[in-house]
Amino acid sequence: MLDQSRNRWHPIAASHDLAYRHVFHGQLLGREFAVWRADDDFVNIWENRCLHRGVRLSIGINDGRELKCQYHGWRYSNRTAGCTYIPAHPADAPARTITNRTFSAVERYGFVWTAEEPVGEVPGIAGLAEGDLLVLRGIPVNAAADRVVEHLQTHRFQPVGALDADGAEMVVETADAFSLALLARQGTAETRCVFFVQPVDAARSVIRGVLDRQPEAAQRMAVLRHHNERLSALRERIEDAVRGEPAPAPIEPVFDPVPAELAEMPQPTPHGRKATLRVEVARKWAAADGIAGFELTPLGGGLPTFQPGAHIDVHMPNGEIRQYSVVNGPGESDRFTIGVKREPESAGGSSCMHDTVREGDVLAISEPRNNFPLRRDASKTLLVAGGIGITPLLAMAQALHNQDLAFELHYFARDEAQMAFRERLDGLGATLHPHLGLDPQATGDTLSSLFSTYQDGMHLYLCGPGPMLEAARRVAAERGWPEQAIHFEYFKNTNEIDDSSTFEVALARSCLTFQVPAGRTILDMVRENGVDMPSSCEQGACGTCLATVIEGEPDHQDVYLNDTEKRSGTKIMTCVSRARSARLVLDL
Amino acid sequence: MSQDRSCNDPVLVNDWHIIADLATLPQGQTHRARLLGVDLAARESRTGYAVTRLDTNEPVAATERYGFLWACLGTPERDIVAIPETDEPDRHIITGGSIGVRVSGLRAVENFLDMGHFPFVHTGWLGEEPHTEVQPYQVRLTEGGEVLATECRFFQPAASPTASGGMMVDYIYKVVRPYTVALYKSNPVQTDRLDVIFLFVQPVDEENCVAHPLLCYLKDGIDAAGVRAFMQLIFGQDKPILENQYPKRLPLDPRAETPIRADAVSVYYRRWLRDHNVRYGAIPAHH
Repeated sequence: MLDQSRNRWHPIAASHDLAYRHVFHGQLLGREFAVWRADDDFVNIWENRCLHRGVRLSIGINDGRELKCQYHGWRYSNRTAGCTYIPAHPADAPARTITNRTFSAVERYGFVWTAEEPVGEVPGIAGLAEGDLLVLRGIPVNAAADRVVEHLQTHRFQPVGALDADGAEMVVETADAFSLALLARQGTAETRCVFFVQPVDAARSVIRGVLDRQPEAAQRMAVLRHHNERLSALRERIEDAVRGEPAPAPIEPVFDPVPAELAEMPQPTPHGRKATLRVEVARKWAAADGIAGFELTPLGGGLPTFQPGAHIDVHMPNGEIRQYSVVNGPGESDRFTIGVKREPESAGGSSCMHDTVREGDVLAISEPRNNFPLRRDASKTLLVAGGIGITPLLAMAQALHNQDLAFELHYFARDEAQMAFRERLDGLGATLHPHLGLDPQATGDTLSSLFSTYQDGMHLYLCGPGPMLEAARRVAAERGWPEQAIHFEYFKNTNEIDDSSTFEVALARSCLTFQVPAGRTILDMVRENGVDMPSSCEQGACGTCLATVIEGEPDHQDVYLNDTEKRSGTKIMTCVSRARSARLVLDL
Repeated sequence: MSQDRSCNDPVLVNDWHIIADLATLPQGQTHRARLLGVDLAARESRTGYAVTRLDTNEPVAATERYGFLWACLGTPERDIVAIPETDEPDRHIITGGSIGVRVSGLRAVENFLDMGHFPFVHTGWLGEEPHTEVQPYQVRLTEGGEVLATECRFFQPAASPTASGGMMVDYIYKVVRPYTVALYKSNPVQTDRLDVIFLFVQPVDEENCVAHPLLCYLKDGIDAAGVRAFMQLIFGQDKPILENQYPKRLPLDPRAETPIRADAVSVYYRRWLRDHNVRYGAIPAHH
């Protein structure tokens, strides 16, 4: 019986057990769950162990958007259960595939239902109308579910309206392996109660009862007390009856192994410029003057976990591919929100998004990729955005705000009407500092005063038009900000790419050597030789196709690496950069 | 179920384990203890303690060292771990922090090797948000076959009872035996010397242990009571987290849990346990 029960829906909690920002410890068939309701009302049912060291997530912290493990502070996103932040490595984006096991959740009849491998729907019960029911207190019983159901057949209670009488006529209306509907009738008073027996383990159960109507407020306590007394007596009878019987062995839950690539030290997973997800444009709106907002929802299934700073590739109907930052705050995992600015000199990307793509259209997108990860160990974080550069920084601001970390968001825009995603900005309160209508000189002065107070432990994140980024990086350096505290993301690489050189590349791990001729990129040749390599913007701005240089001198032409990284000669963006030396050895 | 499995790992059966802190034993009474799933009774005699198995009534090897009572269920194959620092006269040698934890002792050892939890479990003492970064460190095997982690550094707001203000603290970790681990950390006063903490974990059974810390702290500026109180505070903070680890035994299959770079020493420790065929308190890897 217990084997089939894995496919069946069982109630594991009353809906009211999922109190605001609480994490409920659920149990079913020997397995434990961390059950929590996010602020957007989504009910999460997860394997009750952090993937890192197995600590129960039911002792974790529900911040309304994410669940934080008590042991090492790992954060897991609402809905996807994907890990979004690992505090021990603040500069890294966690591998997207660190995702906890989730179980289906349905709320019905005042209960939260789940199943290990659900088949079909939550059972409909005749005579139970949704919404106007009275959920009884769950009664734990130290007995197997089938013994509990057997004894429930002879359970007796009084109908509402005749609580003080005794000897109501009892009718068993329906019964199956895990539930029973009983009708109590006395004179004209009639009450139906449906009992679901939750098999907690082989020898432990919980009786979850629900009455077919909500009694009048004045009677409510008396009704609850009546059922409590009757069910407690039933519990004692059942436990007396099974005492002395051999107890069945506890069920050993089976845990899924973590993916092989995560079992040892993590390595970035390779993937090319692939559009693995299909999304629908659920909403398109004017997020500001000249900026279109898009909400993209998945076609079937869920979306992968994103982190603040992440971007997606959008493959457009006209064949163009563009990168857009995910604007979402933490835990908003049912859709990706992006903002697209209309570029007057658009090569077909932004104009296609503005003019052609409409609500209801289906787009292909890549998984989110994070080459602009946000540290959360700063004593204070400055986020400085210019124009549409607000998008990754807005995601960061919402994450920092949710965790109550010290930060300021400085938003440079032409005027109020050009400030995008107003409702998200408003949620940031006093941390938002708009700087409107400044000319380059005034912008420089403002940056200069913003960056005048560097202290050890502060971090700066910049995103905006190229000239503004150049100015901001220069001013910050002049004001004593160390290079490792300055993080930036360019929209595009405006450098003139010189691809006239010819050189040899050796891939140390793949044991391959090949020539890169003029006019071709390292990335092209790596792929041509059969080695998979991720890429995204393919113009030296996004950081996806980064490789480690073991030997040789790179000829950097990107805008992703900072000057120290470039000087060190240990990293190279394979989509645009080349070699000054005759030969480069890469760790690929 | 697994609490009843007897231990067949020679490396554990034929080794010494602490079964009591001598300072806490009631005088003239029989002390009951449990080691590797075997119930023991320790009775004081004129020549010291006699320890008997309660299942067979046979005596087992017993001795006293470092303020603890030790027992060996089999034939001792090596001596109790030597700690030269206990002979240095300017150190406090402190016991009194023994604490029972309902988890495999191997999990307790792994927790002792872990810096990443300091800001979250020992908040305000051994760590504090936002200083959460675990910087790269080195792990290797010593000539004596011990797991050694060096160049460990972590920011600590109050690393010891005498510390005033936060500082970066240097650590060296050493796994000496499967259930024994040591920590050497920079002394805040005599910066060229190290305070030493040994943790001897008594495997009560596969899913229960008693962690017995032995502290060899330089006396400069601190008293033993302060050190003892600090140690009890820290271990008391670890206990509820460890007791919520699930499963309770340490999984040795690399795919059971997800390590990160900060866990390099744990990864090494788990592999080392596999190599030494330690199964008691572990969930063996599938082959």
